[in-house]
Order: sequence, then C-alpha cells, then structure tokens
Amino acid sequence: MDVRVQDAAFDPGAELASFAIGRSDVGAVVSFTGVVRDRDGGLQAMEIEHYPGMTEKAIATIMAQAAERWSLAELRVIHRYGRLGVGQPIMMVLTAAPHRAAAFAAADFLMDYLKSRAPFWKREITADGADWVAATDADETALTRW
Amino acid sequence: MNVLYFAWVRERIGLPRERIDSQAATVMALVEELRAREDRYAAAFADISALRVALDQELADFDAPLAGVREIAFFPPMTGG
Repeated sequence: MDVRVQDAAFDPGAELASFAIGRSDVGAVVSFTGVVRDRDGGLQAMEIEHYPGMTEKAIATIMAQAAERWSLAELRVIHRYGRLGVGQPIMMVLTAAPHRAAAFAAADFLMDYLKSRAPFWKREITADGADWVAATDADETALTRW
Repeated sequence: MNVLYFAWVRERIGLPRERIDSQAATVMALVEELRAREDRYAAAFADISALRVALDQELADFDAPLAGVREIAFFPPMTGG
C-alpha cells in the first residue's frame, strides 16, 4: 500500500507504468484519475486544503478496508493539495488484483470513501472570488452502496 | 488541548489552530464554551450539522468524551477525490 499526499504535480502515465510491475499474481490493473473541471465556466484555479497527519492516516484506513474486502495485490493513492489549474490531475487511485472484478470494485470503493472520509476541502477560485465546494448528499449516499 | 480549524471554519474563526485549556467533558460541551466566547465562534459553530469533528485525527461524534484527547479538529464535510 502506497499513499502519497503531495503539493507537487504528478504524471498519471508514469504512475500507471510503474505500478504493480513484475508480479506474477496480477491479472488486472485499474486506474482512476480525478481532474480539475471547470463546472460553470470561469474557473481560474482549484485550491485544496488538507489536514496533515490525519489525511495520510484516513487514506491508509480506507485502503486497509478495501484490502480486507477484496483480494488485491497492490494499491496506490496519490492526492494533491495546494493550487491546481483546470485540467490538472488532482488525484489518482490504482488497484491491482488477480481478477478485474476486485480491481474495479476496490477502485470504486476507494473513490467513494476518499470523497467524503479523507480530510480534503476544495475551493474554487473565479474572477468573482473564492467559494468552498460543498459536499453533496450524493457523496454521502454513495457510501451506502458498500 | 490543541484545537484545529479547517476550510471555512478556519476562515470564520480567523486562525488555523489554538491551544485551549478546558474542562469540557464532551465535544459538545467544548462547542458551547467556544460559542459563548465571541461572535466569530458563535458564527462558526452556529449549525453543528454542517460540521465534522476529529479527535486525535480520527472522525468522532459531537457527544464523544474529551478525556485524554490531545488534538481536536473542526471542519466542514470533506470534499476530497
């Protein structure tokens, strides 16, 4: 299990290329990349605040839960904080498993939990000012799937 | 104990962390103490349903006891991913 919470940009292609290589027990690799999206037009940047210390622990806990539920070979989560431009990768989840069903399900589970159980807060910067992104009921409802 | 604030809670209170000496038995009792302090605290803690709390970096409930807790953090619902 590999957790990285970082200010620096990362290269999703390089992450995927270096993930779970040289293993004979892996039959499936799934990756998800979250990207800064301009929802309403006019987004200048996304600022992400986090809770150093708790963030890494919370992500590790969510990853441990995934590892308990599914037969997984490797997991990696990368999540950025700080100021990000439109189109930049915010975060990435990679799962490797013997079979694809577990790799897909674990990636989906990790995304749902990272959205509302890892201590990150997004703020959208536009010409009109800065607005905190509100959590939605759908984020919370998504957790009941699991 | 160390009290930390994040996102708009930090902005409303006007600081990211502070040291508070309190005998409050629960999170809610501490919230009541803070609300009574100054308007900026009352504003930040006006609606508890809009807040989350972590005790020593683990999510907790507002009725959780504070005995032995060294770090408490208040923040809005998280928006990661």
